[in-house]
Amino acid sequence: MAIEISEKTIKHEFIEKINQLSAQDISMCFQCGTCGGACPMSARMATLPRKIMRMLQLGMEERILELETGWECASCHACTVNCPRGIDLARVMEAVRLLVLRKNINKIEPSRLPAAAVRELPQIALVSGFRKLTS
Amino acid sequence: MKVSYYPGCTLKTKAKHLEDSALASLAALGVDVRELPRWNCCGAVHSLADDDLIHHVAPVRDLVRAMDEGSDRLVTLCSMCYNSLARANLLMRNDEVKRKTINDFMTEENDYHGEVEVEHLITFLRDTLGWDNLRAKLKAPLTGMKIASYYGCTLVRPKDVAIEPASGRVINEFVEALGARAVDFGASTVCCGSYQVLAHPDSVTEVVGRIIQSATDAGADALILSCPLCEYNLVKNQEELLQKQKIARRLPVFYFSQLLAMALGLGPESYRPDMNDAASVEFLKSKNFPVGSTAIRP
Repeated sequence: MAIEISEKTIKHEFIEKINQLSAQDISMCFQCGTCGGACPMSARMATLPRKIMRMLQLGMEERILELETGWECASCHACTVNCPRGIDLARVMEAVRLLVLRKNINKIEPSRLPAAAVRELPQIALVSGFRKLTS
Repeated sequence: MKVSYYPGCTLKTKAKHLEDSALASLAALGVDVRELPRWNCCGAVHSLADDDLIHHVAPVRDLVRAMDEGSDRLVTLCSMCYNSLARANLLMRNDEVKRKTINDFMTEENDYHGEVEVEHLITFLRDTLGWDNLRAKLKAPLTGMKIASYYGCTLVRPKDVAIEPASGRVINEFVEALGARAVDFGASTVCCGSYQVLAHPDSVTEVVGRIIQSATDAGADALILSCPLCEYNLVKNQEELLQKQKIARRLPVFYFSQLLAMALGLGPESYRPDMNDAASVEFLKSKNFPVGSTAIRP
């Protein structure tokens, strides 16, 4: 599918917002892919982190916010500690998630979790999951 | 030196075997740690957004309470608690602007600047007791056991809170101090999928399969860890992985403190095998460790 990229399509405000929320400079990324190689969840990811980073650099707001990658992230920081450009990708993924969550959108619905799972899951699973995946 | 102990929510219920075995072991070792008289949830994860300060308040409150107790150190057992308390502590120590905002917000608490040291029990044992002293107190060394130390994420990442930034072998050293053989395996710091058990359980199952098989291939008899969420994911998924032939056999999983209590010669009321899964209990029986009355977890 052809994607039009031009000065008109690049959302500079979005890029600035991501940089501010994450306290990172996403322009530093040169798409080497070390992040995806280190990522434990990448086997099932349709869009790997380096592609997200490129799309962020190109300010492709709508397409990025539709992708699943940030919601598959487990915040394990494997990308962060391995990035040769020193980018804290865990913070970038958090920024991408928050731009959705702060519109009062939940990625998981706590009330729909199976009762049996809620009974047996450790509290830290619920607390961390709700912190990362609900608004 | 005064040491406070922060248990965290999960250690009072689902991970009671982590707490019970650790506290019984510390008592047997003559190490005095006192639970904070009042504590709250650490928040489980560190807030990563630059503008999100409110979520740092919970762990900082725990740190303030440790300071108010007159403690130099706050010792934790749960990896996630360790990570979120240690990161909040660094933030309060290093970021002058955020520190002021958080201190100004907490009107009922004393101001905090990172006075307390957050420490995981493993490094605390090494630094206050020492491996040689620990060795001298063992009554049932774990001779012949091959143990894989699973560090997971939160004990080693990010680097500024890694329990041991230099070599990352401190749990292996602990295993060897207990008389067992430490087995190196490739997936020892691969994330178990963590809270994605709520949203992407299939991805968690897959990565757990890689971790378990990696430890088994390296020749481990059992795996130890210190995180109740890792423990849940690593135990829960094994039966399905075995049925789908993604792993060769079930690998027993214990908290590091359970092995400590066993090696110190304490009884099952201390290391609590009643809270382990069937494969782990069978392993203990095969090594002639008493398992007490066990209501087996599937």
